[in-house]
Amino acid sequence: MNVIELDSAVVGYGGRAVLDHVSLTVAAGEIVAILGANGSGKSTLIRAALGLVPLAGGGARLFGTTLRRFRQWRRIGYVPQRVGAGSGVPATVREVVSAGRLARRGLLRPARAADRRAVEGALAAVGLADRAADPVGTLSGGQQQRALIARALAGEPDLLVLDEPTAGVDAASQDAFAGALAAFSRRGGTVVLVAHELGPLEPLVTRAVVVHLGKIAHDGPVPRPAGHHAHPDHDHVHPHAPDAERGLWA
Amino acid sequence: MGLGIFQYDFMVRALIGALITGATAPALGTYLVQRRLALIGDGIGHIALTGVGVGLLTSTSPVLAAVLVAAAGAIAVELVRERGRTSGDIALALLFYGGISGGVFLVALSSSKTTANLMAYLFGSPLTTSRVDLVVMAVLGTGVLAVTLLLRPWLFAICHDEEYARVSGLPVRTLNLLLAVTTAVTVTVAMRAVGLLLVSALMVVPVATAQLVTRGFRATMAAAMAIGLVAAGLGVWTAGTYDTAPGATIVLVAIAAFLVTAVATGAWRAIRRHRPADGQIEPPDVVLEP
Repeated sequence: MNVIELDSAVVGYGGRAVLDHVSLTVAAGEIVAILGANGSGKSTLIRAALGLVPLAGGGARLFGTTLRRFRQWRRIGYVPQRVGAGSGVPATVREVVSAGRLARRGLLRPARAADRRAVEGALAAVGLADRAADPVGTLSGGQQQRALIARALAGEPDLLVLDEPTAGVDAASQDAFAGALAAFSRRGGTVVLVAHELGPLEPLVTRAVVVHLGKIAHDGPVPRPAGHHAHPDHDHVHPHAPDAERGLWA
Repeated sequence: MGLGIFQYDFMVRALIGALITGATAPALGTYLVQRRLALIGDGIGHIALTGVGVGLLTSTSPVLAAVLVAAAGAIAVELVRERGRTSGDIALALLFYGGISGGVFLVALSSSKTTANLMAYLFGSPLTTSRVDLVVMAVLGTGVLAVTLLLRPWLFAICHDEEYARVSGLPVRTLNLLLAVTTAVTVTVAMRAVGLLLVSALMVVPVATAQLVTRGFRATMAAAMAIGLVAAGLGVWTAGTYDTAPGATIVLVAIAAFLVTAVATGAWRAIRRHRPADGQIEPPDVVLEP
């Protein structure tokens, strides 16, 4: 059973092809990492698969149904890239996570005991049960990311799609996140995550897809770091990173 | 002084109308502030004036015409927002200033037919609220509360993270349009009490005050409605007792509540910061020998 199918998908922004005839199939139970540099098109790939950006060519299916006809959105748990916490009105962690149940809750239907249990369970799975009543804005970046993952888990999806879930996330949150992902996978869930670096997630990933300039450059096992990147002491400082040591490369 | 002013029927009607506005405007405003569209209510108010002009000119109900024109304007605004273009600002300016100048133009045209006062629509005239006005406000206000309270989880979801709501399979577009139309209805409900130019204040200021002390969305909405009710009641009483402009008085009371709350919460935080932690007594700087 294929969960995600992209068939020669083309996405363009203002005449520039961001995805150039990309085909990708993800089967049930896989944990796929979409890797690539910033601007490679890796986020666009999953956004196109979910119908968040329109396809200029090719086709996309979710759970075997074309996007146009797909209605089983409750089977999908989406974790968007975390944007600034600054929302207009404060919201508690529980309020944000509860939004994840709406896909399973009919319009205007009040929350039932099962809805509340799922929310509490999702909060516990990411280790935020004790912060449920706190405003999201008071959480650290990593904790906010965990709250968004709990929101996706609360809907009890079959497929988790995560966009840069580990970017700027502290070690404790990365470990909590890896634990939640492993538990989700053990129950038969499928995971597609976009990442710049895998970190503690690497042992979980069953397959890596590397996107480069809008095309798939590698599809298979997680590529081993090559050259000086592979050295155990290599701390992966990029010369273009804003926090890179000044003068080192000048 | 006291509650004696409420022995007059027109004062009671003014109070009821203001209370309806005081509850509905912040309830809707919570979503607008959440979405960072705090000032959109002001723009819809501008557009509604054209509806008032159409109503007066055609000798139909200005309130009904205002609802229809404001709803059409709100839907146009929502479509501009949905596109998310940078040129959207210009489109909104055209709509808002077209709306208010069209309204002034039409009201002036109709001045030979009616004695309607432009100022009453722009800044409110709760003391002239009629029994029929009250019924219309109650019906529209009930609609606004039904949407804002019963659909809270769904409207929260689209205002908090629209993209996520889309992947959840929620009818995002329908809910957005419903919120836009409800904004237009709220503006029209508030027209009598505070006027089209001050509507937005009651949508935003109580919410801004509430979120100084609240931690969650639901709590913010409840507190904002309570603040709106108190400001409306206190404003009408003050206006009736001291003969001030009611709409402006209600808004000034709401702003005063914001300032008092902001100073109080600021002082409370400062006190907590300077209080030494439990059990820790700072060593004395000097020790005085007896």
